[in-house]
Amino acid sequence: MAFISSGYNPSKPMENRITDIGPRDFNEFLPPVIKKNKGKWVYHEIIEPGMLMHKAESGDEVYTVRFGGCRLMSITHLREICDIADKYAGGHLRFTTRNNVEIMVDSLDKAKKLKADLMGRKFPGGSHRFPVGGTGAGITNIVHTQGWIHCHTPATDASGTVKVTMDEVFDEFVNMRLPAPVRISMACCLNMCGAVHCSDIAILGIHRKPPMIDHEYIDNMCEIPLAVAACPTAAVRPSKIEIGDKKLNTVAVKEDRCMFCGNCYTMCPSMPLADKEGDGIAILVGGKLSNRMTKPKFSKVVCAFIPNEPPRWPTLAKTIRHIVDAYAAGAKKYERMGDWAERIGWERFFEVTGLEFTEHLIDDFRDPAYYTWRQDTQFRF
Amino acid sequence: MAKHKTPMLDKLESGPWPSFVSDIKQEAAARAKNEKGIDYQIPADCPDDLLGVLELSYEEGETHWKHGGIVGVFGYGGGVIGRYCDQPEKFPGVAHFHTMRINQPSGKYYTTKYLRELCAIWELRGSGLTNMHGSTGDIVFLGTTTPQLEEVFYELTHNLNTDLGGSGSNLRTPACCLGQSRCEFACYDTQTACTTLTKDYQDELHRPAFPYKFKFKFDGCPNGCVASIARSDFSVIGTWRDKIRIDHKAVAAYVGGELAPNAGAYAGRDWGKFDIQKEVVDRCPSDCMSWDGKKLTINDKECVRCMHCLNVMPRALRIGNDRGASILCGAKAPILDGAQMASLLIPFIKVQEPFDELKELIEGIWDWWMEEGKNRERLGELMKRQGFQRLLEATGVKADARMVSEPRTNPYIFWKAEDVPGGWERDINEFRKRHLR
Repeated sequence: MAFISSGYNPSKPMENRITDIGPRDFNEFLPPVIKKNKGKWVYHEIIEPGMLMHKAESGDEVYTVRFGGCRLMSITHLREICDIADKYAGGHLRFTTRNNVEIMVDSLDKAKKLKADLMGRKFPGGSHRFPVGGTGAGITNIVHTQGWIHCHTPATDASGTVKVTMDEVFDEFVNMRLPAPVRISMACCLNMCGAVHCSDIAILGIHRKPPMIDHEYIDNMCEIPLAVAACPTAAVRPSKIEIGDKKLNTVAVKEDRCMFCGNCYTMCPSMPLADKEGDGIAILVGGKLSNRMTKPKFSKVVCAFIPNEPPRWPTLAKTIRHIVDAYAAGAKKYERMGDWAERIGWERFFEVTGLEFTEHLIDDFRDPAYYTWRQDTQFRF
Repeated sequence: MAKHKTPMLDKLESGPWPSFVSDIKQEAAARAKNEKGIDYQIPADCPDDLLGVLELSYEEGETHWKHGGIVGVFGYGGGVIGRYCDQPEKFPGVAHFHTMRINQPSGKYYTTKYLRELCAIWELRGSGLTNMHGSTGDIVFLGTTTPQLEEVFYELTHNLNTDLGGSGSNLRTPACCLGQSRCEFACYDTQTACTTLTKDYQDELHRPAFPYKFKFKFDGCPNGCVASIARSDFSVIGTWRDKIRIDHKAVAAYVGGELAPNAGAYAGRDWGKFDIQKEVVDRCPSDCMSWDGKKLTINDKECVRCMHCLNVMPRALRIGNDRGASILCGAKAPILDGAQMASLLIPFIKVQEPFDELKELIEGIWDWWMEEGKNRERLGELMKRQGFQRLLEATGVKADARMVSEPRTNPYIFWKAEDVPGGWERDINEFRKRHLR
């Protein structure tokens, strides 16, 4: 390999340097029909799963075909998407906030041909390259984090758990037959760079063993006061240890105070938590973001732990199946999962989903916990 | 021929959903073949080694990535996340495998020309693997070596007029929904607001000077497609304060069955004939609608703009004309003190270029947070610790009953000396003249 310079001169980093220019102006990328009718759209229709039509005041119509993508995407895959967008849509496309891709065309006929083309493309292993769907009262694509493929703090994998979940609920991606949209999100540790805390179903990686301490290295690797300050429950305190004839600065962990958040490890690499048996998945349900009918709300933990079972996480997939099936059977039209659970009562939610209610599911973290305990006698038998 | 055996990952190639394993394998194969004769600037077999190290994690149930070191481009404190493999000898292709965050165009519209240009840079100088997109919204370039960081940055800025996104304790890359570009519900131009504020706050985005991360997100309406209410320190949610526009003929067409309710979003199940009383009027959270069998009436003064009726009958009901946004502050995920939803600060504000009113609010908040915020304390946590009243002081906003779901139940009011006639200075001896010891 010969080094190919971009033009950058390392000995003069400021020479011709361009900084602080921000993103490319989106106006350069809008398809002509979008640019022309911006701010003047009148209504939309979902013609069939994965296909939308938007109508403008001008009478213009734009047909959008939506398909799911893995958020982890190769440039070979991206170039194939570009080829399709060149062929059907004059070289324009967009991505949604949930890792879907949208290609916009000017007629229903083109949209149908595009959908058929996309659905016909498969990887050698049999999976779809570009499954069309993700609209309306169904399950759209999962937003997620990195997991074992590229992160230092995960308690599970992200791409793998997402793949098995979407395989399990694929019929709901290509249909619109649920009582309301079901948004599934995945974060591979409590840091939640994917912010899954307001999802209909959240898949969350969790640790269950307190950090180990790399006593011989910690004082060189970490700022001990920062590691101490990082602990939200004050379980980490400064300490000293004798190893051989050396007296070393380190930390001590009061293990019964640990809530396994991993914040200490985020601040200090000498305090790892990851563990094959300790790590796994919690499931939260019933959160929502929209203000539609009811207020936005947080998801609640309904399954404290599912072990990591790579590569196909069968218990995770089965649990999500049970939740979705019970919801589909029991909820009224327009009722989001959290609204349904609140209407039938959480005691009934556990009954109809078959999930076991354990003491882990009773909040005991600080003041807000108290407000989640039942303070009335209006429960169901 | 694959470099590493991956029997566990191979089981993720079946099933209908797109397989990321198949995709990484096709990238590995393309680089091995190298039809275009590219002089790859990082190990050509890095996708193979990425699969190898992932397979090892699948076997062992633990990650093999270390904390990021301090790497980046000159003069910036964010945009690059250092990443090193803890098994570099087994997987040399990914021994140094840093992430670059590239600021996405607002609304995530692309031309294939631009996407192909991004791909070409990343083919030559990186792994050929991306995230489209990361959780915050950036284009993520997944995996390159330290010497390539400046080269990628130089090409992005010089050839693609594109900058890096944020990471660390700074303004994170702002994000928005697609807004007015293709949505009839958008109450302001989310894309222009997002791009303008991103460009205006480049220093805050690239050079960490904050206690912790700070996020702007722009939702065009209360449906909240970009999750600003749950995910941003400064959440701008489109709304209106006049009347929902009603097309009574279209209402009749929905009732008569000529128009499909919900724009067809529930078409996959037979829910029975559309019932405007049951599905719209009775579901209104503020009970502000009525239907007399012929005419739909909305008492707009009582409307809370939840969007349900507009979502059900988009051809009959449209957002009002006096549009703007509500501003909510302080949302975050659970780390550390539990999740927080954003709290309403401004019920209504016009959102128009050059967005000076928004910027005034933002800068007031930043001044307070930079002064008072502790290391790694998000705005929402500072609001909790010091009280909502301090946010009002910082932004010069007057208290409004809309800011609470209910008034306080405890009477422990932190009165200030200036609130009370005569202040707090008193003479105990004068007091004792009236009240004997």
